[in-house]
Amino acid sequence: MEKYKMHILICGGTGCRASASEAIQNNLQDALKAKGLEEEVQVVMTGCFGFCEKGPIVKILPDNTFYIEVKPEDAEELVEEHIVKGRKVMRLLYTDPDKKEVISDSKNMGFYKKQIRIALRNCGFINPENIDEYIATEGYAALGKCLSEMTPQSVINEIKESGLRGRGGGGFPTGLKWEFASKNDADQKYVVCNADEGDPGAFMDRSILEGDPHSVLEAMAICGYTMGADKGLIYIRAEYPLAIDRLKVAIKQAREYGLLGNDIMGSGFNFDVEMRYGAGAFVCGEETALIHSMEGLRGEPTVKPPFPAESGYNGKPTNVNNVETFANIPVIINKGANWFNKIGTEKSTGTKVFALAGKINNVGLIEVPMGTTLREVIYEIGGGIKDGKKFKAVQTGGPSGGCLTEAHLDTPIDFDNLLAVGSMMGSGGMIVMDEDDCMVSVAKFYLDFTVEESCGKCTPCRVGNKRLYELLDKITEGKGTKEDLDLLRNLSTVIKDTSLCGLGQTSPNPVLSTIENFYDEYIAHVEEHKCPSGQCKALMQYVIDPELCVGCTLCARNCPVDCIAGDRKEAHIIDTAKCIKCGACMEKCKFNAISIQ
Amino acid sequence: MAKIKLAKSKVDTLVEICKSFDNDGAELINVLHKAQETFGYLPAEVQEIIARELNVSVAHVYGVVTFYSFFSMVPKGEFPISICMGTACYVRGAEKVLEEFKRLLDVPVGETTEDGKFSISCLRCVGACGLAPVVTIGERVYGRVAAGDVADIIKEYQS
Repeated sequence: MEKYKMHILICGGTGCRASASEAIQNNLQDALKAKGLEEEVQVVMTGCFGFCEKGPIVKILPDNTFYIEVKPEDAEELVEEHIVKGRKVMRLLYTDPDKKEVISDSKNMGFYKKQIRIALRNCGFINPENIDEYIATEGYAALGKCLSEMTPQSVINEIKESGLRGRGGGGFPTGLKWEFASKNDADQKYVVCNADEGDPGAFMDRSILEGDPHSVLEAMAICGYTMGADKGLIYIRAEYPLAIDRLKVAIKQAREYGLLGNDIMGSGFNFDVEMRYGAGAFVCGEETALIHSMEGLRGEPTVKPPFPAESGYNGKPTNVNNVETFANIPVIINKGANWFNKIGTEKSTGTKVFALAGKINNVGLIEVPMGTTLREVIYEIGGGIKDGKKFKAVQTGGPSGGCLTEAHLDTPIDFDNLLAVGSMMGSGGMIVMDEDDCMVSVAKFYLDFTVEESCGKCTPCRVGNKRLYELLDKITEGKGTKEDLDLLRNLSTVIKDTSLCGLGQTSPNPVLSTIENFYDEYIAHVEEHKCPSGQCKALMQYVIDPELCVGCTLCARNCPVDCIAGDRKEAHIIDTAKCIKCGACMEKCKFNAISIQ
Repeated sequence: MAKIKLAKSKVDTLVEICKSFDNDGAELINVLHKAQETFGYLPAEVQEIIARELNVSVAHVYGVVTFYSFFSMVPKGEFPISICMGTACYVRGAEKVLEEFKRLLDVPVGETTEDGKFSISCLRCVGACGLAPVVTIGERVYGRVAAGDVADIIKEYQS
């Protein structure tokens, strides 16, 4: 292999690619060639660095310089200054917003300080399309250790000892799940990787598959070894083209290296992996629904038992784990259960990856030890609320979770604590909301999602959620009554109690948690017919303050329906009957003269 | 059963697709993916041929097609517009952006404009939450879109 003096790492995650990271890569390569440096400096497209807010990210090794918001036209300067002259390009470095200090090493950034990256260990570090780079970071060493030194039961014991719990949402102990699957004898067994990430606003599984696909393949092979399965299936969303491509490359390379296929590492163990594509159905994240979908059927869940460990894909024992769960396995085998279970809390060991998004300064992908508080995540890692607004709520667990408030900010995040306060871990979406977000509308947003995604099998979920949505819609239209709130509560409880699968059992959570935590807001909607955050269109009016309006005509020129009248240098007036409440005028006004009433 | 009107070459392509999956009913979803990739959508005739080739009922094929949101029975526009309705995009104003697209193109979600140029659909999280709200048109991704940008975006495709 060539020996390079320096490496330039470019984020090749979906977000940064959308902001032209491929053009940056090409320009950097051209600039290096022009200087005759292409033999000494390697340009690598890696997986996601996590700091999506300031993408595209470029990192230079060995000095760990972290450049943000790089544009293709910056490539030449980066090569000329940093690579040739050894001077950092200051204008592309990150500036700490509080201390106003320029930080060049990512280790010193608030965003990274509290993170421990286990599942994301290789994302933003290696080239995901090169198996050699994975092997160079202890890749496939865990599989080698299992096959040569450990019995299937001792591997299972190690995973049990580590305390690893399923990262897909349920939090079921992984080692126990593997043990069940290993105890059922059959001529054929399957290992399934659930990569059907459906939570709106969650993208951790995709980032792992894009940034480190081999870690998942290795873990699936280890799982196959423990339960006696020689076939692995990855069920992935068709909407993830980049992750699909990288997985295909990884499977091909692993086969070429004899790390998948027959007689792996001369051990006599056979294991191969195939891909199966989802087609856009949230319910397919539920394991029985996922299995039916892989069989070419409608993805409807069925009653457990029988559990997939007894009768799963094609009626054979099947073990289903989520992407992030698998990504943890090789590290646990390499470093030992006792290293892993010291991280995190007693009942939730290890770390958790969260997709931090919404009204927060540092949108991105983070991995923190279990037990980190919401406050640390939002303020220290997330850098606080955008535009200096006030924090209102944080939503965890996607459509199955709840909205937590200021009062919950010091709750250490783990499976049990989040359940105790009426939300859940879920797969790891974390959406931050500020004072401008209406919590009734947020609940309605989630119900809209659930109504669309309910598979329709159980009446409470199919019909009940629709009724919940209608009630919420009525409230946001200003037609709700106080009795509707009781009805919302009762109906929610019935849906939770009587639905078959996780979707229906958790779908009312956004409603219940917002009623519980933001009761005043519901009351304002139903009693005063007002939306305190000015989000509910039917309850608001845009008005121009004649004192503040200078008559610049900017609002009138931008109004898409021409409902703003007024002469130049005279105060303007909005015709509320014609106004479509698009907010364009308020966005454009430079004098803060337009407000919502 | 409706009379099949598809051109023979298209029928042959479909038969080939089914064959490449061993005419196995369990491969239905993969067959549908491939068929939609080839034809752009899955009209009734296509579903009937697939049912015949895989030896399953048309009702079964229809049941699967309508279950999954990725499959469509109507053709998409030349420039398919997708507005991300993931939570991150939603709280950063995706709904206003969607309203503006609907208003300017005068077409509801899930349908195509009369000239066949644009279709609007909502999708759930493309995972570029750092760029929220996100709109994709074909392969192109637009980040941090405001309602005021919509007219200009549409203009790019109208010439």
